[in-house]
Amino acid sequence: MAEGVVSTATRIAEEEGLDEVTEVTVKIGELQQIDREILEFALDQQRTPIMRNARLVLKSVPAKLRCRVCGAEWLFNPDALDEDVSEAIHFVPEMAHVYMKCKRCGSPDFEIIEGRGVWLESIRGVKEDD
Amino acid sequence: MTDPRLEVIGRRIAGVRRVIAVSSGKGGVGKSMIATALALTLRRSGHRVGLLDLDFTSPSTHVILGVEGLQPEEERGIIPPLAHGLRYMSIVFYAADEPAPLRGADISDAIIELMAITRWGELDYLVIDMPPGIGDATLDMIRLTPGISFLVVTTPSRVAFETVRKLLTLLGELEVPIVGVVENMVMRPSSRIRDQVGALGVPYLGVISFDTELEDALGDVEALLRTGFAVAVGGIASEADRRSP
Repeated sequence: MAEGVVSTATRIAEEEGLDEVTEVTVKIGELQQIDREILEFALDQQRTPIMRNARLVLKSVPAKLRCRVCGAEWLFNPDALDEDVSEAIHFVPEMAHVYMKCKRCGSPDFEIIEGRGVWLESIRGVKEDD
Repeated sequence: MTDPRLEVIGRRIAGVRRVIAVSSGKGGVGKSMIATALALTLRRSGHRVGLLDLDFTSPSTHVILGVEGLQPEEERGIIPPLAHGLRYMSIVFYAADEPAPLRGADISDAIIELMAITRWGELDYLVIDMPPGIGDATLDMIRLTPGISFLVVTTPSRVAFETVRKLLTLLGELEVPIVGVVENMVMRPSSRIRDQVGALGVPYLGVISFDTELEDALGDVEALLRTGFAVAVGGIASEADRRSP
């Protein structure tokens, strides 16, 4: 995941003609239960020269789910799951549809409104001729 | 916002020489059997082979292979376990025996996720058992996998071939390489499908006769490879290998 974030940020920085990336903001959806410290460490390890000094901003986004059948909305609670299920959802978040049901009507037909995975929200940087 | 997963998929399959999607317009034509037997046959020929079951809502290659008790290893992504010499990946590692009721967008997300985290390493072939039709999985794999080619399965049924024709037309329009068409479950010889495939300018790879012994070989790879079905798939594999760029 860190590899993807760093590669994407580096590619965008190069496309935009930045000489240095000063800040990278990443959104982490809680459904995927990514360990913030591990991701931060991995991002640090993967830094490319252009983002050598970039500040990493990690924002957690609660996972919000909405039932397509009855319209109920609820927040994902990883504490309610056993270890195997947590791990399955960690690797493939869509496995939530296998192991979770609507709190109100019991349907597995729900949508993940937000907080699914990891997204690169924005990068900031400077151009030397700025 | 940008999805960082898309950036790494190409690297995950960079060591794979050839990606073959076994596909069809219809379900029930034997894609999973052919994909599995093709992968096993290529492996027995000395190639390094992976098998990816992308039929998330109805996975079945694990039943054909008799896979039990395997799990991927987590190592900067996931490394597919070896099953009968194949690097093997399936959603059953995560969904177990439970139903996976996924809508199209979820299937798309799950495909991207699996392609982004699975480290295939060095392979001569990655064989993909595709879900039927020309929906999300087909469009995603074409979008995400440069160099992918399609081996298309039909039966002699006009109902099956009508849907296969649409798949072949789509692949042609998108300029996606087609290895060829396999005619499966043939019970009486006829040149009808061969002629129609030829008229579309697509290679016809051969016939696989309906094999009444196949069901008894499920879950037993050695028995499976002794069936007339597997021998016929071996011929198809040689033909596919011969056409390899």
